[in-house]
Amino acid sequence: MTGVEVRLRLARGAFTLDASFTAPERGVTAVFGASGAGKSTLLRAMAGLERGDGRVAVGDEVWQDSAAGRFLPTHRRPLGYVFQEAVLFDHLSVAGNLGYALVRTPRERRRVGLDQAVAQLGLGALLDRRPEGLSGGERQRVAMARALLRSPDQLHLDEPMSALDAPARAEILPYLERLHRELAVPVLYVSHSREEVLRLADHLVLLEGGRVAATGPLTGLGASLALAGAAAEDDDAGTMADAVVAGHDEEYALSWLEVGGLRVTLPRVDAAPGEVRRLRFHARDVSLARHRPEATSILNVFPARVVELRPAGPSQVLAVLRLAATGGGEGVPLLASITRRSAAVLELAPGDEVWAQVKAVALVGRPTAAAAPAPPPARP
Amino acid sequence: MGGPAAAALDWGPLFLALRLAAVTTAILLLLGTPLAWWLARSRAPWRPAVEALVALPLVLPPTVLGFYLLIALGPGGPLGQAWAALGGGPLAFTFSGLVIGSVLYSLPFVVQPLETAFAGLGRAPLEAAAALGAAPWDRFLTVAVPLARRGFLSAAVLGFAHTLGEFGVVLMIGGNVPGRTRVVSIAVYDHVEALEYAAAHRLSAVLLAVSFLLLLAVFAAGRANRLGPR
Repeated sequence: MTGVEVRLRLARGAFTLDASFTAPERGVTAVFGASGAGKSTLLRAMAGLERGDGRVAVGDEVWQDSAAGRFLPTHRRPLGYVFQEAVLFDHLSVAGNLGYALVRTPRERRRVGLDQAVAQLGLGALLDRRPEGLSGGERQRVAMARALLRSPDQLHLDEPMSALDAPARAEILPYLERLHRELAVPVLYVSHSREEVLRLADHLVLLEGGRVAATGPLTGLGASLALAGAAAEDDDAGTMADAVVAGHDEEYALSWLEVGGLRVTLPRVDAAPGEVRRLRFHARDVSLARHRPEATSILNVFPARVVELRPAGPSQVLAVLRLAATGGGEGVPLLASITRRSAAVLELAPGDEVWAQVKAVALVGRPTAAAAPAPPPARP
Repeated sequence: MGGPAAAALDWGPLFLALRLAAVTTAILLLLGTPLAWWLARSRAPWRPAVEALVALPLVLPPTVLGFYLLIALGPGGPLGQAWAALGGGPLAFTFSGLVIGSVLYSLPFVVQPLETAFAGLGRAPLEAAAALGAAPWDRFLTVAVPLARRGFLSAAVLGFAHTLGEFGVVLMIGGNVPGRTRVVSIAVYDHVEALEYAAAHRLSAVLLAVSFLLLLAVFAAGRANRLGPR
């Protein structure tokens, strides 16, 4: 199984990018970090727009390998690139912009047709228009369709929403979500918005000062802690889980979702059993007890084991937990933000068995990769 | 081939000037486009020197440029000798010599609008084109040139109009050979010298009208471009 393999070094004045990571062959990899961390530079170097040293391989194809003296120029890398500003060709109509990509894609590699791209991004009514007359959201949709018409082996989205206002973002987001779900190629999504990352990504590459500070699946503990650490607001730490809808309690308007052998109860979710939904457990909504709480109003109470206690400010402690695993594996990670005093009173220590009470579970969206939350099935 | 009737408007010098301007503009667009492209994108240390050389005709008195060209193009000059070695005829006092002089003299009027237009494109559209699979030549022809079309129009018209009106360089290297190098500006000068004011008036008025119409075309095109999203 081959995904994306990147090892790149590039110096630009005082800034040095030195990034190595791998990303899965499907789904969305978020390249996340503060501005100036090198996110765009990394994507540009992967596309060959900046000349870095090292290796870039996508699937079975090596785009660049300095050791072997190989460097494909950008126009020979089968990628789709959506820039912050849509960068449409103003001298061409919308249809002309789309055609520009299509005619430069060899017939034998075309997997996306014009009709399909137009339908996927809802451009039917815009085809004869000129780019100058389009709104920001419309421009970005044209840019995305144009990138898709390259039939890319990898899609680069460089903060595609950062130049848009809130209504335009809301307009674009559903298209992005659908795109990510339906696309069978790796997507690299640059963002400095944690909300976007949580909603859209499956895999995380956290950049700090040009280096990869953390990488891994978004539902993993590493990514959760990295994101918690990178958050400006400490109280927004949390973990993600992709859960399968198991059933509904119509009487009380609740739904059960299963993840890692555990059953999570939430207000009625509009999804059929078997569908996957992404959940977020905020650390501030998780409290801990030494004994199984009885007669509690909280529906989601799980046995857990303390992995680590991290100081978080003068009064708080971030308890890193793993929920008791029944289906094998390490158990779903969970973070609990408790006071230092509570940690002392409960005499918490790594390895302890506790009960985690989750007061609220947020439904973030639908995971973008089609993979089930269970360990990924083996593929030929 | 000089005009037979002295009283009638002598079209010869006017047509010669138009032919010279057309040939010069065509050559300048061919030479100036790659030069402007390089100037707009290069970070080479000698770029300012090239830029200064290109701009030199803007400040140099035409007679100075013409003087050097006369020496270089003459039978004993380096260019004249090289040309003769290649089997060419004399350059000084010929139409070919005039074309060479005009190309140098009008170079900045073609290169500068093109350079401004190319620099104004920024790198984004070209990078987008590269990411869509366009090779360098392809990007240049299908993205840079159409997006810089205003610059091409300005360059062509300014180069044409400027060549049409040149005097000093032409006088120095072309002399005043009727039918070969006697262009309209020189003819006007001759008429005035000979106190043929009526003839000078007629030629001058035609040149004035032609130049005005050319510039009007450029500015009207610019306006249409700004206003109409078509």
